Amino acid sequence: MDKTADKLRTKKKHMTVKEGFNELWKNKFFYLMMLPAIIWIAIFSYGPMYGILIAFKKFSYKEGIWKSPRADFYGFGNFRFLFNYKGIKQVFFNTIFLNLLFLFFMTAVSVILALMFVEIKNKKYKRITQSIAILPYFVSWAVAAMFLSAFIGINSGIVTKTIESLTGNKIAFYNSPKYWPAILVLLKIWQGAGYGTIVYIAAITGFDPGMYEAARVDGATRFQQIRFITLPLLKTTIILLTIMGIGGIFRGDFGMIYALVGDNSQLYSTVDVIDTFTYRALRELGNLGMSTATSFFQSAVGFIMVYTTNAIARKVEPDSAIF
Amino acid sequence: MAVVSNKIKISKQDKILQIICIAVVFLFCILCIIPFLLIIGGSLDKEANITKYGYSIIPKTFSLEAYTVLFKDSTIYKAYGTTVFTTAAGTLSAMLLTVMMAYPLAQKRLKFRTPITFFVYFTMLFGGGLVPTYLLISKYLNLSDKIWVLIIPIMFSAWNMFLMRNFFSGIPGELSESAKIDGANDFQTLFQIILPVSKPGMATISMFYALGYWNQWYNAMLYLGNNSRDIFPLQYLIMDLTRSTDALKEMAKFTGIAVVNLPDSTLKMATTLVTIGPIILLYPFVQKYFTQGLTVGSIKG
Repeated sequence: MDKTADKLRTKKKHMTVKEGFNELWKNKFFYLMMLPAIIWIAIFSYGPMYGILIAFKKFSYKEGIWKSPRADFYGFGNFRFLFNYKGIKQVFFNTIFLNLLFLFFMTAVSVILALMFVEIKNKKYKRITQSIAILPYFVSWAVAAMFLSAFIGINSGIVTKTIESLTGNKIAFYNSPKYWPAILVLLKIWQGAGYGTIVYIAAITGFDPGMYEAARVDGATRFQQIRFITLPLLKTTIILLTIMGIGGIFRGDFGMIYALVGDNSQLYSTVDVIDTFTYRALRELGNLGMSTATSFFQSAVGFIMVYTTNAIARKVEPDSAIF
Repeated sequence: MAVVSNKIKISKQDKILQIICIAVVFLFCILCIIPFLLIIGGSLDKEANITKYGYSIIPKTFSLEAYTVLFKDSTIYKAYGTTVFTTAAGTLSAMLLTVMMAYPLAQKRLKFRTPITFFVYFTMLFGGGLVPTYLLISKYLNLSDKIWVLIIPIMFSAWNMFLMRNFFSGIPGELSESAKIDGANDFQTLFQIILPVSKPGMATISMFYALGYWNQWYNAMLYLGNNSRDIFPLQYLIMDLTRSTDALKEMAKFTGIAVVNLPDSTLKMATTLVTIGPIILLYPFVQKYFTQGLTVGSIKG
């Protein structure tokens, strides 16, 4: 007993430098193979992390990152400026609010659709409809923005025109922020709900068919089987994906929102999120310090959120985390 | 008797449920597909109709004027060239990086596996953000206004790499063991033994990359200025068409049609359709791999 414990202890002990080199030499082809990706990650993922210093500096292009003078307020001037910035609270609120809406509606629609897909008996119909439902996932938000303009554009949008001919009112969607949370949710569902069903369908088809068989013998309808077998079993998957979704709640979908809204400042009050704000701080205000401070704050909070939610997810279902 | 009537009731209820499911799924599919139909209809209509009546799925007057202008102008060909080149070169190099990273990380006997995995994983949790990345690429690496800026910065995705690693983990170890006994080194094992049996996984991951390249506009927007219009990718061309009149002015100059006479709305729709054309055409063939591979990778996770 003692001997095995000893062995374990020596095994756990840190590797000496020599052992390290031995390992590198022994598996040299493996480490050589990884080198290109490691270099890429070092440059493109870790390189920018050094640039976070800008958040604590009065950055000037001429002097570069290291030599730029420290920001005022003990280096936290950019953060002070950010948190006092007019409308910044709205930006944080929008980010979280929109993400919660997306998360809720996406999960609900995906689960319902998945349940229905599984129910459909005609294989051909199922295959074709499933393909169509996933199709929007393949187009970019730039294309989706074009689609949207064909629907709600002020002059020739099909929805705008229809409403106009029915009620005589011309709704200027692109000037009315109040419609946009709903528009964004609809587009998000259009784009991703079909795709979102994949994981749920895979989960459902993995459930033990014996249970359904038993329920059927006992005279349960399909609806009762869904209600009392499928849904309870699916709960873990739903909870898991929701937890992970909550981890990303502080990250705005820049690709979507910027492609759809762009620099249309009339809509900022409901759609401006941290990521679009960061972009604007760089592009329009040219305030590199504040922009970096914003994304650093976002990254730091996001890191804690994802880390915690991942840990929770792992507790719920040990197999779940990818890592 | 009671049992029989109960059964009939059940089958009737099941039938209703079946009909509801079919109907709802049908409605959702209609919603998914309507925008595409609207684009097709819009692109084949006459500009005057659109200004007057708005877009419609069935064109009021069938007309190819938008396509005539679009294909007369060189813009779309150049953008296609850029997108096809970046997608092909990007996907290929991304796959190479990904596979060569994922395969070693799937080997349990590799001692530095854990720290290297964390090295990659950490980049998914935390990043430098927009400004530092922007400065790195434009100021320090000097990639602005070069076509490489559309390829290199998205050449690796940690997420895809972990998916690929999970695929490799599912391959029995005996396969590489026996290759090793035959005297193959790890490179040979990977490229000659492992990759040929990982086709579904490879197909899925390369599709993710290809889609990312085909649909990218973000880096084009950040790093390509107005003087590099010649290398605008398709998706950014569309964005540019919605945002500014620059693209239209260029087309006008090239085709010799005055800007005011350009079929503005139909042209936008035609351009959009042309950029998503290949996706729609290829989609039925690749979709199988897409769902298959995704479920294998994510469920087991």
